[in-house]
Amino acid sequence: MASTKEMKSVLFGPIFANNPIALQILGVCSALAVTSKLENTLVMCIALTFVLVLSNVSISIIRNHIPSSVRIIVQMTIIASLVIVVDQLLKAFAYDIAQELSVFVGLIITNCIVMGRAEAFAMKEKPGMALLDGLGNGLGYSVVLLTVAFFRELFGSGSLFGYQILPLITEGGWYTPVGLLVLPPSAFFIIGGFIWVLRTFRPEQVEAKE
Amino acid sequence: MASKNDTIGKTFTVVILLCLVCSIIVAGSAVGLKERQEANAALAKQANILTTAGISFAGRGAEAVFADRVNVFTYNRETGEITRYDSMIAMESAMADIRSQSVASDEDVAGVRSIRPELPVFEIRDENGDVQTYVLDVRGAGLWGMMYAFLAIESDGQTIRGLNFYEHAETPGLGGEIQNPRWAGRFEGKKAVTENGDVAIRVTKGANPEQNEVDALSGATITSNGVDRTFQFWLSGNAYGSFLTKLREEGAI
Repeated sequence: MASTKEMKSVLFGPIFANNPIALQILGVCSALAVTSKLENTLVMCIALTFVLVLSNVSISIIRNHIPSSVRIIVQMTIIASLVIVVDQLLKAFAYDIAQELSVFVGLIITNCIVMGRAEAFAMKEKPGMALLDGLGNGLGYSVVLLTVAFFRELFGSGSLFGYQILPLITEGGWYTPVGLLVLPPSAFFIIGGFIWVLRTFRPEQVEAKE
Repeated sequence: MASKNDTIGKTFTVVILLCLVCSIIVAGSAVGLKERQEANAALAKQANILTTAGISFAGRGAEAVFADRVNVFTYNRETGEITRYDSMIAMESAMADIRSQSVASDEDVAGVRSIRPELPVFEIRDENGDVQTYVLDVRGAGLWGMMYAFLAIESDGQTIRGLNFYEHAETPGLGGEIQNPRWAGRFEGKKAVTENGDVAIRVTKGANPEQNEVDALSGATITSNGVDRTFQFWLSGNAYGSFLTKLREEGAI
């Protein structure tokens, strides 16, 4: 059984020390697409974490039986099935959000974080550790996405979770929303800023000059 | 271990077992949650119909307002017969038993392929029970797939009250803008058909708003043409045309 310290580093490492988005720059596509509102972002984060944890665990359970010639296909099959289940659940219990997230839930299948963790971690480690790793990476993904969504919704629409915080000028308030933040490219700037701040505090993440 | 796993027999066994398990999970979730999803979809559809007709359901919920204000019937495009139903769900289950007829390819401008002889109409009444609007269910092929919309026509059988594309697969930001209320709002007040029943509304480039024309979406020519053809087909005699004629000649039903 792995030591507590090791378990902690697997669980909390991906949040800041080895963040899948900020350090490995994986899974950025969905960070652009679903971060204009905090509510949608939160659902997306839960969906991704759910898929990531279950795919990691199930791949880890059968890791010793997966023929190496078809291993990627086996991983994809498991991930795709889980994503379909999540999509069905969302359509049944959070219909409005499912409509807004639309195709991006399905695109979790191609999210590099899920595939990456399956191939790099779950294929080698025991199910318990794979679970922690999935959870940790899901949290790392969520931290970045929620940060991006916080800035985009607050300054782009003047609200948080749909509640108006900054009264908009169009509705008689004083705040002029930043139109750029409503558009997907703004997520790039915020992720860039996030990485900048992170690397200022953790200079060891800065790549050596070539 | 690796060599043992890589035999053809083992590979097939693992793959087949995995497929079985995954298909059971996927099918199970799809079947198990179907009822809930359909209820959600029906609610969303009712909300869409009310929105198209410009009716607010804030505070009361779409279901209650729909039950109160909307009458559901089908119009037979060949015989002109009207069949009334108690609810949208009753209408939909009755419609499921009616066979679609394929549309002749030279008439099928909107790419709908097949159409039932019975066409759904949602009749919206105001607080006094007078008919305000008729919401028609239309569809047409866009760039990526079928675009589904509700079209609200006032009881004069001519004026467009609202247009709402509730399901489509067009490119977000380009063709997907058909869903944008600002664009859809341009149809309001335009004449759908002329006095003679010819389709009047057009979606074209460099449109003249005075002449029942709406500007096409930039960067979405195929989508815009699809919307245009949707009108050409559904407002013509092949679909709702004779219903609108009936409204013009006999007034609200």
